[in-house]
Amino acid sequence: MSYVLIVGAKSDIAKEVARVYTKNGYDLYLAARNADELEEFAEDVRVRGGKSVELKELDVTAFDTHESFYDSLDEKPLGVVVVSGYMPEQHEAQKDFSKSLNAINTNYTGAVSLLNIIANDMEDKRRGFIVGVSSVAGDRGRKANYIYGSAKAAFSAYLSGLRNRLHESGVSVLTVKPGFVATKMTENLDLPEKLTAQPSDVALDIFNAQQKGKNVLYTKWIWRYVMLIIGAIPEFMFKKMSI
Amino acid sequence: MSLISWGMYPKTQNRVHKLTTKDALKNTLQESNELIPFGNGRSYGDSAIADEIVYTKPYDYFLNFDEEHGVLHCQAGVLLSDILEAFVKRGWFLKVTPGTKLITVGGAIASDVHGKNHHIEGCFSECVEEFSLMRADGEIVTCQKGEELFLATCGGMGLTGIILDAKISLKKINSQFIRQTTIKTKNLEETFAAFEEYKHLPYSVAWIDCLAKGEEIGKCLLMVGDFADDGDLAYKSASKLNIPFNFPSFALNKLSVKAFNWLYYNKAPNGISKQRVGIDTFFYPLDAIGNWNRIYGKNGFTQYQFILPKESSFEGLKIILDKIAQSGKGSFLAVLKLYGKENANYLSFPIEGYSLALDFKIEDGLFELLDELDKVVVEFGGRIYLTKDVRVSKETFEKGYTHIEKFREYRKTNKMDEKFNSLQSKRVEI
Repeated sequence: MSYVLIVGAKSDIAKEVARVYTKNGYDLYLAARNADELEEFAEDVRVRGGKSVELKELDVTAFDTHESFYDSLDEKPLGVVVVSGYMPEQHEAQKDFSKSLNAINTNYTGAVSLLNIIANDMEDKRRGFIVGVSSVAGDRGRKANYIYGSAKAAFSAYLSGLRNRLHESGVSVLTVKPGFVATKMTENLDLPEKLTAQPSDVALDIFNAQQKGKNVLYTKWIWRYVMLIIGAIPEFMFKKMSI
Repeated sequence: MSLISWGMYPKTQNRVHKLTTKDALKNTLQESNELIPFGNGRSYGDSAIADEIVYTKPYDYFLNFDEEHGVLHCQAGVLLSDILEAFVKRGWFLKVTPGTKLITVGGAIASDVHGKNHHIEGCFSECVEEFSLMRADGEIVTCQKGEELFLATCGGMGLTGIILDAKISLKKINSQFIRQTTIKTKNLEETFAAFEEYKHLPYSVAWIDCLAKGEEIGKCLLMVGDFADDGDLAYKSASKLNIPFNFPSFALNKLSVKAFNWLYYNKAPNGISKQRVGIDTFFYPLDAIGNWNRIYGKNGFTQYQFILPKESSFEGLKIILDKIAQSGKGSFLAVLKLYGKENANYLSFPIEGYSLALDFKIEDGLFELLDELDKVVVEFGGRIYLTKDVRVSKETFEKGYTHIEKFREYRKTNKMDEKFNSLQSKRVEI
């Protein structure tokens, strides 16, 4: 059976994505830093799916390891889901460039480095799928989290271009833009219930959209319209607002 | 964020501790005065509501599956629906399942839930081989069938400690389909006779029209069945509709309930008919509508479920159904079922006899009506199901449960009563 590679497998969304794919018959590579900490979770996924689950050590910001990482996968994955992300505290990141750089490297540069390699292979084989988890925060920069948002914006643009390039070779690329999700990352924020998705719902949305070959997924769906409205606010007004 | 139960009544402010690791739970136990575990919030009343709550659903890893014996070891927050999605396709099914699959394994043990096959297979505790539990002092103990902790915990409403994980045995099936027979009856006599006639079949339940009066009291659709031997195992959870907001509370009145019951009853062919249906249709019809609890409006609802000993069931049910019909208070669903033998657990609900479960929206005069019904239940030697309850008095509750003093004493001796309490446990003083 086919493998799906999940990058950034420790996040709450990634774990649910892993469960959905195993439920639907896929074998898994779970890649993360200190991947051995995922052993109990890997066993959970094995028992649920009865499928192969392999842990792989990977640091998305260690760019020069990516080539050898991909080489080390015995069977190349049919699909890859990039969930790795890092949201710094905005007020810290704007004072401390190392935090900004870490956000940029985790959310953007690392994904580019890794996906360049994988995309080339898939293009040669003329099959496969790529899912990148970006964010609605990338649709318009806001003072509350524009460093994170700008890295996600770059990632969204990258995925858009990649989709354009790989269309001809039959490799699908899905850009996922979650709104609020109840995860460890947002645990301390007071999120509005109606706009907040559970990681399991996001994972199911991702799986369904990927299987249907969709291009851009907002999850919850309502975020497409929320962002349409936010995007339509003229800049001279937007710059005075706190949203 | 505060948690509410399925009945959306009462709505209280509470502090929620997510169960993530054993160490974190131990700290929570040390730092809190009193708390109660809460699974997926499907018990109807206040049995899992308190000022401080341990939310166990996030603790949801599958740990191991013993293919040879069909024994699954999993953490307490795993949902029954997760088990079905993982194992039906491999030919396994739950030995005992209630009418919703959206409950946690921990909750299933704490309520010692039962299903359509109670008369054959008994309660959920029958399939529990062992479980581990964190006691009030933070120690973790493993508990086997037959121990006193087992008798107190199965059906013990989370009042003996926090269940961490459990080994449960599954049963083999050859098909994802059920051969169902539907029997339409005209009155309570016919309903009882039909239950007896079909009790050799493993699954049975009846939907009763409880607005029927006079001669027609107790008319029902009795659905019985068993897994088919042929067919495939390619089970996929049915996609669900959602009710996105609370209905206005007038939406559900005597007329709309009557219309629903009439449609439901009349859609079924007369006499006996046969169908072949899937797992979700047969076992979990209401799970197809997410948040169906919202149809009762924002004031919430309760489910009144009682059981009467077999010898007094007929007489008692007639009186109660008559009182309900006269009150005109709508019950969307009335479920009647014949139960098998009682088990040894201190607070498990089932005894051999007939149980009736009905929903009522919370409104003025309701609790008075239910107090009236309680009197009949007590008079006929019956009892009330704690998992559904939000209002029963200590006196009524006690009269039904013969092992209650043993349970109280056990809690006291082990200092469980100082740490684990719900609004319900305080009301009925258990």
